[in-house]
Amino acid sequence: MREVHWERISKAVAELFKKINYYLNEDVYNALKKSLEIEESPVGKRVLCQLLENAEIAAEERIPLCQDTGIAVVFISLGQEVIIKGKNLEDAVNIGVAEGYSEGYLRKSVVRDPIKRINTGNNTPAIIHTEIIPGDKIKITVSAKGGGSENMSAMSMLSPAAGSEGIIDFVLETVKRAGPNPCPPIIVGVGVGGNFELAPLLAKKALLRPLNEKNEDEFWRNMEDILLQKINSLGIGPQGFGGRITALKVSIETFPCHIASLPVAVNIDCHCHRHWTIEI
Amino acid sequence: MNGVKRLSAPLNEKQLLNLRAGDEVSIYGVIYTARDAAHKRIYEIIKNGDKMPFDPEGQIIYYVGPTPPRPGRVIGSAGPTTSCRMDKYTPLLLEKGIKAVIGKGKRSEEIKKSFIENGAVYLVALGGAGALLSRHIVRAEVIAFEDLGPEAIYKMEVEGFPAFVCYDLYGRDLFEEGIKKYRKE
Repeated sequence: MREVHWERISKAVAELFKKINYYLNEDVYNALKKSLEIEESPVGKRVLCQLLENAEIAAEERIPLCQDTGIAVVFISLGQEVIIKGKNLEDAVNIGVAEGYSEGYLRKSVVRDPIKRINTGNNTPAIIHTEIIPGDKIKITVSAKGGGSENMSAMSMLSPAAGSEGIIDFVLETVKRAGPNPCPPIIVGVGVGGNFELAPLLAKKALLRPLNEKNEDEFWRNMEDILLQKINSLGIGPQGFGGRITALKVSIETFPCHIASLPVAVNIDCHCHRHWTIEI
Repeated sequence: MNGVKRLSAPLNEKQLLNLRAGDEVSIYGVIYTARDAAHKRIYEIIKNGDKMPFDPEGQIIYYVGPTPPRPGRVIGSAGPTTSCRMDKYTPLLLEKGIKAVIGKGKRSEEIKKSFIENGAVYLVALGGAGALLSRHIVRAEVIAFEDLGPEAIYKMEVEGFPAFVCYDLYGRDLFEEGIKKYRKE
């Protein structure tokens, strides 16, 4: 068994949240730059230029790309040959989140109770998803998810008879209804299959895929292309001011499901698209 | 785009009449921040007949909850939050004399009407560009509701703060017009 001290996890989590809030991922930066060549709307082009400039300022000044530095979402894949020493995994992650948000001058955006709404003051608790995997490594993925795009996400239990068309209609309807609110250009994560709770998680995991990678299955790869083309025909455009570039990417993740069900979930992410993965 | 128009806050009628949906504006002067929790409190203050934390006449409200500043800095990242969450409170504030709000995203039809009826405009700043926008905020102090943390009311002095006119006094809507122009059936 391999022993890992809890502080290695908490320190890593703290650093990761600072990093993703200051530095726009290179794949997003490149996608925005490429979009500038395609966008036809003058206002849209202006928006894209300002987003690139924003990324440069954020990195240079170590100031968050966006003031909504998100609720902390942490995926942990824990090798079954690892023993965490000193504290439990959940505490280690939450201590890391609290430290990162405090040391990094990030905004604390979490309230203790959904109705009483008193700020917890340190952006904890994080939303933590854990899985046990073979081996002696710990894979940590962090994502800072803003409220604006998360609020525009949706889930539906379709009938199997709805098929591909039903999925396409639901995704388009969700993106159309979201309009300018989730800060387009957006990244669209789609989860298909599983059940009521798994489909949204698949959609969230789909958002973690690099922008230049597609689904390995040809059918779903085509579906990703079709959806991206249809979304970019909606005319919403950068910041919703009208234009060709509404989404930079559509990623779909799937899972087997019940003979009676066709669950579909759409998780929308804004152009800051903050996430990163490390292994310790 | 018709070139950038300069706005001096607080606003007067002449400045507002000159604005058209789609115009890019550059704002100078004093603005006040308020988002969800501060709106709820101001709404209750007005309903109770009490005095607002600032004189609303001609003022601009900016929907923002900034990140904390690094030492020696005026403000942290400070971009707009989604406006429609403030819809419930907006008509009353416009009736009290607020002449513009800065946020992001679309609003309900009812709110759009309320802007026109009260001679006010809806401005949109770039969502997710908080680092860039922070450079245009030259002074910031909390003037009310400090206990709300990022949701407190800040009085901000801005210089050349960039925004787009989204709803103007003539009933035009930049979102609607933009989408219509670029939608492919």
